[in-house]
Amino acid sequence: MGILTFKGGIHPYDGKELSKDKLIEALNPTGNLVYPLSQHIGAPAKPIVEAGEHVLIGQKIAEAGGFVSAPIYASVSGTVQSIESTLTTVGSVVEAIFLENDGKYETVEFQPAQLDNLAKEEIIKRISEGGVVGMGGAGFPSHVKLSPKEPEKIEYILVNGAECEPYLTSDYRRMLEEPEKVIGGLKVILKLFDNAKGYICIEDNKPDCIAKISQFIVNEPRIELKKLKTKYPQGAERMLIDAVTKRKINSSMLPADVGCVVDNIDTVVAIYKSVVLGMPLMHRIVTVTGNAIANPKNYYVPVGMNYQELVDAAGGFKAQPKKIISGGPMMGFSMFDLNVPVTKITSSVLCLAEDDIADNPTTTCINCGRCVTDCPENLLPSRLAKFADNHDMDSFIRYHGMECCECGCCSFVCPAKRPLSQSIKSLRKTALANRKKN
Amino acid sequence: MNELLHVSSSPHVRSKVRTDQIMLMVVIALLPASCFGIYNFGLRALMLICVSVATCVLMELVYEAAMKKPVTISDFSAVVTGLLLALNLPASAPWWIPVIGGIFAVLVVKQLFGGLGQNFMNPALAARCFLLISFTGRMTDFTVPASAFGTITDTLSGATPLAAVKAGEDIFNITSLLIGNVKGTIGETSAIAILIGALFLVCIKVIDLRIPLTYIGSFLVFIILFGGHGLDANFILGHLFGGGLMLGAWFMATDYVTTPITKSGQLVYGVILGVLTGLFRIFGGSAEGVSYAIIFSNLLVPLIERVTIPVAFGISKGGKA
Repeated sequence: MGILTFKGGIHPYDGKELSKDKLIEALNPTGNLVYPLSQHIGAPAKPIVEAGEHVLIGQKIAEAGGFVSAPIYASVSGTVQSIESTLTTVGSVVEAIFLENDGKYETVEFQPAQLDNLAKEEIIKRISEGGVVGMGGAGFPSHVKLSPKEPEKIEYILVNGAECEPYLTSDYRRMLEEPEKVIGGLKVILKLFDNAKGYICIEDNKPDCIAKISQFIVNEPRIELKKLKTKYPQGAERMLIDAVTKRKINSSMLPADVGCVVDNIDTVVAIYKSVVLGMPLMHRIVTVTGNAIANPKNYYVPVGMNYQELVDAAGGFKAQPKKIISGGPMMGFSMFDLNVPVTKITSSVLCLAEDDIADNPTTTCINCGRCVTDCPENLLPSRLAKFADNHDMDSFIRYHGMECCECGCCSFVCPAKRPLSQSIKSLRKTALANRKKN
Repeated sequence: MNELLHVSSSPHVRSKVRTDQIMLMVVIALLPASCFGIYNFGLRALMLICVSVATCVLMELVYEAAMKKPVTISDFSAVVTGLLLALNLPASAPWWIPVIGGIFAVLVVKQLFGGLGQNFMNPALAARCFLLISFTGRMTDFTVPASAFGTITDTLSGATPLAAVKAGEDIFNITSLLIGNVKGTIGETSAIAILIGALFLVCIKVIDLRIPLTYIGSFLVFIILFGGHGLDANFILGHLFGGGLMLGAWFMATDYVTTPITKSGQLVYGVILGVLTGLFRIFGGSAEGVSYAIIFSNLLVPLIERVTIPVAFGISKGGKA
């Protein structure tokens, strides 16, 4: 079996050794929980509980606010305190349901189902009701993704186990510890698409995962394992599809346009749980790591739990953190306050004792072309960043600036330490906002 | 927490490679050629190298200090310019030649256009051409200084091997051409020393093969087709190793600032260099053509880039989506 990859990309220090050998530990919150109503792309969920109401684990507390939206479930039992605004990891302030944890962990009764007995519509309904969203970071509601216009044209279901972001080990642990759930979830998706094959795609820096998953798919004729070259951003949707199927999509296409559906490991497990076990999405695995953390760990945590509690559970700080990032170092969000809740898309709390950005002053561009060599989208990042800085929208569009996938490779490799990706992102945002206006 | 956290937009990590390190690597890569030049032409060559580097660094320091700009001499770019300039001078040049050249390179070509990254021509080569035009006699006097350590294999006309080829002389042995104990500018004579440095830069990924190989390749094709000597080995080897082609192709045609950033543009640039060098050498008045070819092609870079904008990933050629 060949090792698949794409053109461009980088090899940052991966930091995974800090937490990769730590078994997933379930963590119970002691404090209160906060459920932002917007943890996904699309319309915010609508609360269906009121202050003072008692809720159980698995009880729906907010319903989907539209087709592209997802419901939210209580992950502990307790009493709704209030519905008010909260700070989130990205620094925005959104409405959220505040829940007081009663510490009893009483649950509703879940309704398991036999996959064989479910019709396709029922499967989609269970996924949609389960509040499953893309847990790799985008938070796109899964039932929407799994309802393409022409499902018979879907040929490949790609389970994204690349986990190319440095430091993150949650997918790695999940594949090692619960491979049957990953495969179970993939089988659910395959049931929706009669003509599709399932590919579990794993970077070759995880040989133990590759061995484990291979064992479990021996008797699965529709499932194959695809080995990927370890390189960032191998797990980016467009790069993954390219590496595995040699089909290329641009920013205005969906994976379904080339017969693909891509879901990450945790999402597939959430699909399995909501369809087969009847358990909605209430938990996720979060890697708490970085060189400022005393005991880096992988935790199974309820959505809504406070970041500070995660850090405390991991032994707190062993060094003064300079930067705290929600997610990975390449695409995560740096935070100024730990008093924010874990959401469905929280993959990691990364605490770094040094800050590469502050430590490396920006100098002038020497036109070395490293950004061009490594750009997986085949763009000219240094030129695009210049256009962005000058607000030259026409040139930016002409040089295909809108195709940027914001992976950050250009900023990473720049020897002049220029914030290329950041400049490009800001003009892209403006352009997208203009498009919406018109 | 008693200290504020840093907040910035992703990505939050940076590679270890810095501009000053890249420049330092280029300096290191030029050391074999420099050392051989000193061996070949004696301490006078060392003096010229020192004067040239010192002038460039001082000029940058003085200008930036006078203009109240941040002083950037620690990025080694002025050192590279000074070193390249010296390697392009004949060892017999008087001390004031690199002084004038260094001032021209750093002040006029580099700083007046905005400093590092903004110069539209390679500063060292622009200075060399300026000196060649202004002080033609001094710049083409390849008399070997008495202090030379090595033994120089001479040609009949007493000029460089390339000039001998141009004059139609049957030349020398190939070994001295490769080793470099022949006449020429300080840094251009030894193909082996230059290639050692170039190989080092290729291995540490400071330069890639696109420009040098298309340059040398298209130049070869040109002289075979239009040189009038067909596949005559003497003629071809003389052109390859007897003049400034190796130093130019590996160290000056690959200067980041003055080359296209697009990959296909680099190929176009290499071909233009090869054709122009061939044109200047075969049909031009002087034996040498590399410097003029490079600074002329530098001017074409914005145009080359304009027509070689790459098609983005997933976009089909010729249009959207």
